[in-house]
Amino acid sequence: MSEPLPQPHLRESMVPRRAWYARTPIDRQIAMLGVISAALGVWLMLPPVGDNLRNQIDFTEIVPAFFGVLAMAAGIWAIGRGEVKWGGGAVVAGAVGIVLGIVAAQGSMTDHEAVFVWSSLFAATLRWATPLTFAAIGGLFSERSGVVNIALEGMMLAGAFFGIWGADRFGHWGWGLVTAMVAGAAFAFVHAVFSIHLRADQIVSGTAINFLALGITGYLYIDLYGAEGTPPDVSQIPNVHLSFIEDIYFIGPIFGNMNLMIWLAFLTVLLCWVVVFKTPVGLRLRAVGEHPRAADTVGISVYLVRYCCVTVSGILAALGGAYLSIGFVGSFGENMTAGRGFIALAALIFGMWKPFGAFGAALLFGFSSALARSLPEYSEQAALLFETLPYVLTLIAVAGVIGRSIPPAAIGRPYEKQ
Amino acid sequence: MSTPERPPETPEGRTTPPPVDPEQGEPTTWTARYMVYQRAGGVITPILTTLLALIIAGIVVRFTTGASPIDTGRAIVDGSGLPWLIPDSLIDIRSVANTYEFWDTEELARNNAQVNLQQTLTIMTTLILTGLAVAFAFRCGLFNIGGQGQFFVGAIAAVYIGAEVTGLARGIHVPLALFCALLAGAVWAGIAGFLRATVGAHEVISTIMLNWIAYWVGSYLFSLGGPLQSDVNNQVPISNDVQESAKLHIWWQDPDKILGLHIGFFIAIAALIAFWIILNRTTLGYEVRAVGFNPEAARYGGISVSRNYFLAMAISGAFAGLAGAIDILGWQFRYGQIDIQQSDIGFVGIAVALLGRNTSIGIFFSALLFGALLTGSNTRNLALPIEPELAGNMTLIIQGLVVLFVAADVLVLYLWRAGRRIRMPRRRAQPPQPAET
Repeated sequence: MSEPLPQPHLRESMVPRRAWYARTPIDRQIAMLGVISAALGVWLMLPPVGDNLRNQIDFTEIVPAFFGVLAMAAGIWAIGRGEVKWGGGAVVAGAVGIVLGIVAAQGSMTDHEAVFVWSSLFAATLRWATPLTFAAIGGLFSERSGVVNIALEGMMLAGAFFGIWGADRFGHWGWGLVTAMVAGAAFAFVHAVFSIHLRADQIVSGTAINFLALGITGYLYIDLYGAEGTPPDVSQIPNVHLSFIEDIYFIGPIFGNMNLMIWLAFLTVLLCWVVVFKTPVGLRLRAVGEHPRAADTVGISVYLVRYCCVTVSGILAALGGAYLSIGFVGSFGENMTAGRGFIALAALIFGMWKPFGAFGAALLFGFSSALARSLPEYSEQAALLFETLPYVLTLIAVAGVIGRSIPPAAIGRPYEKQ
Repeated sequence: MSTPERPPETPEGRTTPPPVDPEQGEPTTWTARYMVYQRAGGVITPILTTLLALIIAGIVVRFTTGASPIDTGRAIVDGSGLPWLIPDSLIDIRSVANTYEFWDTEELARNNAQVNLQQTLTIMTTLILTGLAVAFAFRCGLFNIGGQGQFFVGAIAAVYIGAEVTGLARGIHVPLALFCALLAGAVWAGIAGFLRATVGAHEVISTIMLNWIAYWVGSYLFSLGGPLQSDVNNQVPISNDVQESAKLHIWWQDPDKILGLHIGFFIAIAALIAFWIILNRTTLGYEVRAVGFNPEAARYGGISVSRNYFLAMAISGAFAGLAGAIDILGWQFRYGQIDIQQSDIGFVGIAVALLGRNTSIGIFFSALLFGALLTGSNTRNLALPIEPELAGNMTLIIQGLVVLFVAADVLVLYLWRAGRRIRMPRRRAQPPQPAET
């Protein structure tokens, strides 16, 4: 990753690769273990394990300190062997882990329990991560095919409004999802026409779509629903009850009664991975995003692939928006996505344009949102500052401090047939 | 670390010829394309773009609400206060006003129009500066989508200096607050410029991230118990009021002597002139434009591309920061969470810059247009035949359409070339005849 690849169309992701453990140097693996160890040290201080530990050991602070020192040791060892990035990461993680762990160990247990009801926190994480996942995977399709999509926000907003409108109009959430998908596809198609055929600047076009979606949904919302707002009895996406795992400790409360869309989000990530990395269609898609001229030469229709990908991205982003309005909140408000499309974009970049990476980043950002919602128990202000986490992390990721995130080679460039 | 945009530099220095990008025909960068677009259409295309957007908006109004687009447009123009400028106006303020039976006398109608005009010009002031913030970066080939975040940090810096620093004379306090805001904006945008210049991180991504960081940090600063929250009114998430000594002078009082137009308007005009001078009459501007047209050629010519990326972003941010300061010191006088949440003036700046073709004079007129649209479709404008919230959203749609049409430069280029193809043969067919007299 660190050394420049010879040619833009021969990227690492396009050639067959060895298994993860085989291609990762052992030093890096040890440094990674160090990072995990630091996290473990902090986790041990928090409920539910923290209580028991506290009862059994007098001087609890020793636990995070031990794991933190272990992490720093692993990091220093790795740096000594030339693995600077991860080694440095492990040293920093160890130091942060020691501080956080000691603070947590000294804090009162009741406070912790108010915030860290783990199962409900994870359930909330999944709820917050789902719209991000849909939009990020949508963005992945579009950007992997070489079209920048900063219009994810607008497409999500369109999905949120048309989802609830469809559910209200046709009386069933299924129709809500359909109308949301159609609306998302329509906005995406406009973006596609302007950025592919008319060779408009893709960022300007995306900005325009964001404005348009904000204006159109706001306009229709006022026009159709006015001051009363959306009806309270609108049909909502149901939860999936899984009675056989409902009673299992920890897993039951999270997965036993989850919204249908969360399951769909998992499925989407998996499907996206299979389609983009394991099928000929995916190979074409990536080829168009990395080197459109080469793809054109071997007979792939660059325009067709890009149109399809952008439209799919609109459909997926709209599903994420629809989940917000008829799955999560149950109503619509003007500009209700409030920047989630941009967080999804951030997740995509942070996840280095890979399905599971994007999903992981969406989970991380969802976790930070969920935590920010429960942090006010401690302090309002800490919660507000916590909201910046996804953006700061993404800024760090694009700045390349820890493993730089490099976009597809042909991204943002309109393709002109010769 | 590989940066896709840059060619490998040879050890001897910049002696390699600029590589030809096979993916793009000429012109190479978007800035260059927009310049061609500008030459292609001159002043006609922006006007056509605006008209087209307005017509589409009118059709939407007609079909969704059944209200007359002409009446709506007239009410918006009336609500923007622009008719005040024409004494015996073509649009008779009194008659329009009387239709809706709000103002009993000519006097009151004129007063109301004056207040609205001042409002329009106040918004225009901010829009000019946020528009310049987008335009300056644009001329360097960068898309500064972070005007909003730079506006926030400028406003925060201004409210901090304006409210917390006491005991200064007006002549020192106002420039100090303005300068700090300008610096804050420059630093905020400079982060994005620095990342672009050093590691090649795309400025669109980093400015979006910086926008949201500014948004949440601002929300934190003014939250209940936050560092900048008011000492007097500690139940509201809002800052202290700006001191008298830091308020901008009001040169045009409104009839009720409540508010008026502050001298920030002239600062914005000065900024327009400064923008033109920097770009067209200084070495820096020459380099910025050269990098904007073709970074490879500029590097070949000995211009440091990274230095210009950084400087262009910083200067952009300075404009946006100044916008935030002028808003605070000119008419808001305090800043709070709700202001941050509702603000979208930085994004309107994108539409202003694009419609104004990134030139001083263009930005002046497009800022006036959007200022008038925003004021005329304000919820205070009770004369509107449609609900004011609808009109507000309609303004957003118009913005979106304008940006979308501006984006489709190829469409205009195509039409221009087609037009030339039609005209050229005719000219050849009719060789210049000698004068008969």
